[in-house]
Amino acid sequence: MAENIVNSTGLAAKNNKKTGYWNKREKTNLITAILFLLPNIIGFLAFTLIPVIVSFIISFFDWELVGDPVFAGLKNYYNLLFSDRLFLKVILNTLYYVGSYVTLNVIIAMSLALWLTRNLKGVLVFRSVFFLPQVMPIVALALIWKMMYLPKYGLINLFLGLFGVPDINWLFDPRFAMLGIVITSGWMGFGYNMVIFIAGIKGIPQSMFEAAWIDGANKWQCFWRITLPLLSPSVFYAVVMTIISSFQVFDQTMVMTGGSPANSTNTIVLYLYQNGFQFFKMGYASAIAWVLFAFIFVVTMIQMKLQKDWVYYE
Amino acid sequence: MEEKIKRENYVRSRFFKSLEYVLLVFTSCVFLIPIVWMFSTSLKPNNETMSIPPKLIGSTIEWGNYAKAWNFLPFGVFMKNSFIVAVTVTVLVVITSSLAAYAFARIQFKGRDTLFLMYLGTLMIPQQVTMIPLFIIMKKLGWVDTYQALILPVSFTAFGTFLMRQFFLTIPQELEEAGRIDGCSPFGLYARIIMPMSKPALSTLAIFSFIGQWRNFLWPLIVINKTDMKTLPLGIRMFQGQYGTEWNLLMCATAIVIIPSILIFIILQKYLVEGISLTGMGGR
Repeated sequence: MAENIVNSTGLAAKNNKKTGYWNKREKTNLITAILFLLPNIIGFLAFTLIPVIVSFIISFFDWELVGDPVFAGLKNYYNLLFSDRLFLKVILNTLYYVGSYVTLNVIIAMSLALWLTRNLKGVLVFRSVFFLPQVMPIVALALIWKMMYLPKYGLINLFLGLFGVPDINWLFDPRFAMLGIVITSGWMGFGYNMVIFIAGIKGIPQSMFEAAWIDGANKWQCFWRITLPLLSPSVFYAVVMTIISSFQVFDQTMVMTGGSPANSTNTIVLYLYQNGFQFFKMGYASAIAWVLFAFIFVVTMIQMKLQKDWVYYE
Repeated sequence: MEEKIKRENYVRSRFFKSLEYVLLVFTSCVFLIPIVWMFSTSLKPNNETMSIPPKLIGSTIEWGNYAKAWNFLPFGVFMKNSFIVAVTVTVLVVITSSLAAYAFARIQFKGRDTLFLMYLGTLMIPQQVTMIPLFIIMKKLGWVDTYQALILPVSFTAFGTFLMRQFFLTIPQELEEAGRIDGCSPFGLYARIIMPMSKPALSTLAIFSFIGQWRNFLWPLIVINKTDMKTLPLGIRMFQGQYGTEWNLLMCATAIVIIPSILIFIILQKYLVEGISLTGMGGR
């Protein structure tokens, strides 16, 4: 896939044979290219590429920031994967979050996208309304929800109480805290995917549906046999992107619960933050970051492989 | 008789359409409840923030809560910082990414594809990987608690370059050929032909950069300690740390942080939503 992107190049003309190792055209091109690239590349090297390499190296050391790094080989990784009980819980928490959040997000986004593409007036307004949380700092929205989740007086419990549901301690109950965070995140996040799906649905030519109508298809069949398959590239994109970003969840868990109760809402990035910037275990934290990368990488690769099975490209 | 049936059908479908509309309005209102509740709580006196049954408006409307919250912490400074950082990053991203993208899309040079692959590769690496070394670098440079620390590390990611390069590739070559025949320099081609044609992609990039920086929490949290260098997200976190149990004031602080977002949204919403639809992307 990467090759396709790289090879879809602009200029078709290739330089023909040269008088020396560098002919004049190549030289000027190179200089021009360097001038164009320079601002971005300097920053890219300094703030992205080199830190990535340094991070990898640090992960093999023990470093408490004061004092010198001490080489530790694979110890950090070994501990993380095999002896750190808390990290195991953190991974499970994160997987639970990713699984439930992505599902919730995509289902709501798709439902609303289908609804908003039904020839209603003023749809643009509604589209904007549902997208609104995407422009606001997560920490601010998370605090509103924290208040709504309060036991006894919080809006959520008062509402559930109307149906006879007993008070739930939400963010203080290890069984419900993560669920609460998932719901909050769903509210904040589905608008984005909804917009993507709306664009996808609008891209489906009407002729498809007309042909189906003529053949006597009902609404349900239209959805499953036409809309969904034609939308599958968008769905694939949305799911992959949402999974990747949800693995990195931090703001909500930090601000709503700080990882409690009983570490039931501690997620990978929060754990990274605690180890790196509260306990200052730089090497260990770096290793956590790379484990995070490994998770994201593996999950994305699996998605790519599965793509052939369920994504329909024309 | 036929006419009557037609009219009945028409009335019925109109009825269902209106019902659907009402349902949609209802759903949006339910969706907005948290925001409404935030405003409602912010104006209540302290002892009325928690009540059964919940009230939309308290016994008095305490506009003074906002003044109190504003004075507890320097929100004006937080807003200024957020704004400076967001604008500067946006400008840097748009300029450097488009320049580099032009090189990748239109200039043949040795090693171009390898270099671009490297850019692409880093897209997969989450920001958390670079955070720790970047923090150490900031410390060594003495850049902790400075604007540079907030702006520079985030202005040069591969994402913008990738987005612009893909877009540039869709621009037909003929225009540049014409320009080149007229003796235009590469930079001239970039500035006078390519860039003006790239407004949709550029505005998408600009808007997403701005909003991304406006919402950014983790990196500023790591690199800023001094109160007067904090951005809005850090400010609200600080407020929570100090006055977290005074829900009405906390909601004022939240409103203070959210209102600029709403304003920005109203101004930009057309471009925002179109931008995602157009490019199918936007840094998440």
